[in-house]
Amino acid sequence: MAKKILIVEDESSLQKTMSSTLKLAGYDVLQALDGEVGLRLAQTEKPDLILLDLIMPRKTGFEVLAELKGSPSTKDLPVIVLTNLESMQDVEKALSAGSDTYLVKANYTLDEILVKVRKALKE
Amino acid sequence: MPVKETIASYVNPLYSCRKYGISIWQCPQFLFMVMGFFSIAAIIAVWLIATSRISDPFLVVLIVLAAGTFLIVMSFVITNSFERVAEASRMKTEFIGIVSHQLRTPLTNLKFSLEFLLSGRPEQLKVDQNEYFIILQENTKRMGDLIDSLLTISKLESGNIPLQKKEVSLEQITKDLIIKNKPFAEASKVRISLNCQPNLENVFADSFWLEQVVGNLLDNAVRYSQGGGLVDISIGRKGRQILFAIKDDGVGIPKAEQKFIFEKFFRSANALKKQTDGSGLGLHIVKKFVELLGGKIWFKSAENKGAVFYFTLPALKKRS
Repeated sequence: MAKKILIVEDESSLQKTMSSTLKLAGYDVLQALDGEVGLRLAQTEKPDLILLDLIMPRKTGFEVLAELKGSPSTKDLPVIVLTNLESMQDVEKALSAGSDTYLVKANYTLDEILVKVRKALKE
Repeated sequence: MPVKETIASYVNPLYSCRKYGISIWQCPQFLFMVMGFFSIAAIIAVWLIATSRISDPFLVVLIVLAAGTFLIVMSFVITNSFERVAEASRMKTEFIGIVSHQLRTPLTNLKFSLEFLLSGRPEQLKVDQNEYFIILQENTKRMGDLIDSLLTISKLESGNIPLQKKEVSLEQITKDLIIKNKPFAEASKVRISLNCQPNLENVFADSFWLEQVVGNLLDNAVRYSQGGGLVDISIGRKGRQILFAIKDDGVGIPKAEQKFIFEKFFRSANALKKQTDGSGLGLHIVKKFVELLGGKIWFKSAENKGAVFYFTLPALKKRS
């Protein structure tokens, strides 16, 4: 059965390219354009991996991360933060909030992100 | 600045150094303390010299007080200047950080879309490549718009913006913009209404920039409306001014953030919760232009209860 990846990202163009890339790589992809929908999908669908942006409408990635890691039913869901914020403060905040990996989008290609996804899914 | 922070900044010089990201010898508060010690030493020296040369104790006290006041005021003025320079330097660094992040977002969209198109994935997925070319087009425009806004601000701040003023009708400009924004308003399920006082005078303004002012306020009113509603515009006379008011039922501006609303790059938390793209430069530019055209701008708002933005411009006398 294909692994399920949830992309929580408010930029629709990024959603399009990332979800198409992941679908082509054989994954089932769930999409959320804001933090609130993302949190709801994470709670109901229990994806194998979450790609999480930080600056989003309705709920930020930091808020989503805090709620995911604070709930017994979602605290073990692996999360890769995928953002363009790159200050040490933001990195430390996300990692200490429970994110498994922190990637700055501008520094990676789609193929490199795919490698990180496979590593996070232990493939 | 909160009282606790103000006290902390003066009691602990390292607090300010960390805030500005500068070394202790460039830190205004630390330098003020050093100058304070030298001032005290200088006051003691003045007192010793004065007591040895002048017999009248009252005169000695006056001289010491005068010297002390002069030294303390000079120290304060000098360290205040250092603080303004340090603050300007910090703001410049912050500005560069914000601009580079704002440009990075559309640049990342461009990068990923181009990589996707060049990878052959669209053919494998049998998707229409045009969708991705549209993404390239939209994000290129987005970067261009941001750079245009930054250049406008730079010209405004250097006073180097040529205005081509002429007699213009604020009512006509508003009507044209309502027509132009109709598709966006309809897509957002927002109704726009306009009420104009009859026989209203024209204003003397640069029509292009006045359109930017009204256009920006209208765009914000529609954009931040919550699931539809009414944007109500009224234009009328207030004394010798033409008063423009635009009311929306949108997300509103929390009280704690209202004093920042016209600052560069500021976006209210409520606005960010609704929509994250947006440079935060629009209202700053609007305020600068209204003031440049001889007017004033202000607003009233409450969180989740919408906002009313007002601006005035001097009315032109009607020719008899």
